[in-house]
Amino acid sequence: MLELRQIYKYYNPGTVNELCLFRDFSLKVEKGEFVAVVGSNGSGKTSMLNLICGSMPVDSGQILIQGKDITSQKEYKRMRRMGRVFQNPALGTCPSMTILENLAMAENKGKPYNLGRGVHRKKENEYQELLKTLDLGLEDKIHVKVGSLSGGQRQALALLMSTMTPIDFLILDEHTAALDPKTAEVNMKLTDQIVQEKKLTSIMVTHNLRYAIEYGSRLLMMHQGRIILDKAGEEKKKLKVEDVLELFNEISIECGN
Amino acid sequence: MTLLLSVLEQGMIYGIMALGVYITYKILDFPDLTVDGSFPMGAAIAAVLISKNFNPLLTLPICFLAGALVGTLTGLIHVKLKVRDLLSGIIMMTALYTVNLRIAGRANLPIYNNTTIFANSFTEGLSERIAPFSTVLIILVITLIGKFLLDWYLKTKSGMLLRAVGDNDQIVTSLSVDKGLVKIVGLAISNGLVSLGGCVYAQQQRYFDVSMGTGTVVIGLASVIIGTSLFRRVTVLRVTSSVIIGSILYKACVAIAINRGFASTDLKLITSVLFLVILVIGMERKRKVKIDA
Repeated sequence: MLELRQIYKYYNPGTVNELCLFRDFSLKVEKGEFVAVVGSNGSGKTSMLNLICGSMPVDSGQILIQGKDITSQKEYKRMRRMGRVFQNPALGTCPSMTILENLAMAENKGKPYNLGRGVHRKKENEYQELLKTLDLGLEDKIHVKVGSLSGGQRQALALLMSTMTPIDFLILDEHTAALDPKTAEVNMKLTDQIVQEKKLTSIMVTHNLRYAIEYGSRLLMMHQGRIILDKAGEEKKKLKVEDVLELFNEISIECGN
Repeated sequence: MTLLLSVLEQGMIYGIMALGVYITYKILDFPDLTVDGSFPMGAAIAAVLISKNFNPLLTLPICFLAGALVGTLTGLIHVKLKVRDLLSGIIMMTALYTVNLRIAGRANLPIYNNTTIFANSFTEGLSERIAPFSTVLIILVITLIGKFLLDWYLKTKSGMLLRAVGDNDQIVTSLSVDKGLVKIVGLAISNGLVSLGGCVYAQQQRYFDVSMGTGTVVIGLASVIIGTSLFRRVTVLRVTSSVIIGSILYKACVAIAINRGFASTDLKLITSVLFLVILVIGMERKRKVKIDA
């Protein structure tokens, strides 16, 4: 499904601040896997997502999706078959547009954005049904501007929008980190529900160890641009928060903080 | 009466231009100085075509397309060559000064005796009671057509993307669309409207002057800011209408100042002082709203 082959990535190359983020980094994600990624700040989790999505170029190495090399493909072209939810709820929706307009725009992904009417009246009911599945009362706010919604509501909407059209791959970039614990829980459950329902291959970066343990079919722990823990299937099911936390502490002590 | 008519005429003509500035400044968040060049370019093209006895109605779409081309160039400079937004506009504005001189062939081109959209066999045949209002009515029709077309466009799929790109350009990428392309389309439509404004202006004033574009962007910005901040709470008015009314109000302020004994040479100073006042008042309102919330 997704394969990263011998990725090299340096920050600030050629300066005194040169920093090697990835050296010979490889990763393979199988179809249907739901991979949770944990790791300390600066371990390369989000950078890895940026490389996969194309928001950041690789220095060398290959990125393949379903055997096809996409290393030099532009970000917007890759997004055709990918969905991405960001940590910042503001990045997944358009604040000055209504929920209806946002959904209509998302539904058109992959089709041309031409001079056809942007919003169709008859779609309203369909969208309302869809919003009901979120159970956040958004179905009654379909004409409300997204900017006036709470962060949790916006993030749920962003999740819905990014999975509205058929995609191969869902990228979740600490998408519950900016929410309060209760809202985060709701959003996490919703994510799991959507991923299961649509059988999406997903990568979720999170700082919440409990989510990483509870959800997903595979767990990765990253440290200084390397994968130091990789558990899938039965092994992952046996994993407990304490085990991961212990390893986490070890690497932190190694670093001296 | 004449004063009121001239305020309405000029206000609506500049209103067409302000619609273009609205797209770049409010929707795209792109301070586009190309406007100072594309407005007189519309005027230059119109003046040349009309002096050659070209069909005046056809000058309107031609000027729109020429403006769209110029906007596309600004967009390409910004998006493809990665020049900063303000600088892209400055480069185009400066280049267009020469281009406009070349188009017109000289710095000043009068078209007093030619057929224009305001002076033709149709307007000459009007009865004496309507005749004084014919110019303002024709301008009203053109302005409204521009406004309704823009309203319609902003509701299309393409128009929604344009609104989205200024709001949050990441989402456009997420929707698998090249955000650079959307910006270029926005700049093209914007400068098309600005050039159309210049086209109508030259025919109403009956001349082209190479310096007539200086300060256009300031007038456009002032109109947009007056329109959008004054009528923020009036929901029945569309933003496009507010911008046109803003432009008329702005022209009224300038007319009053001139009427109070300022010389017409003081115009640019009045323009910028007025703009500053409007800008500061606009900010004051914003701050208050924040405290309320």
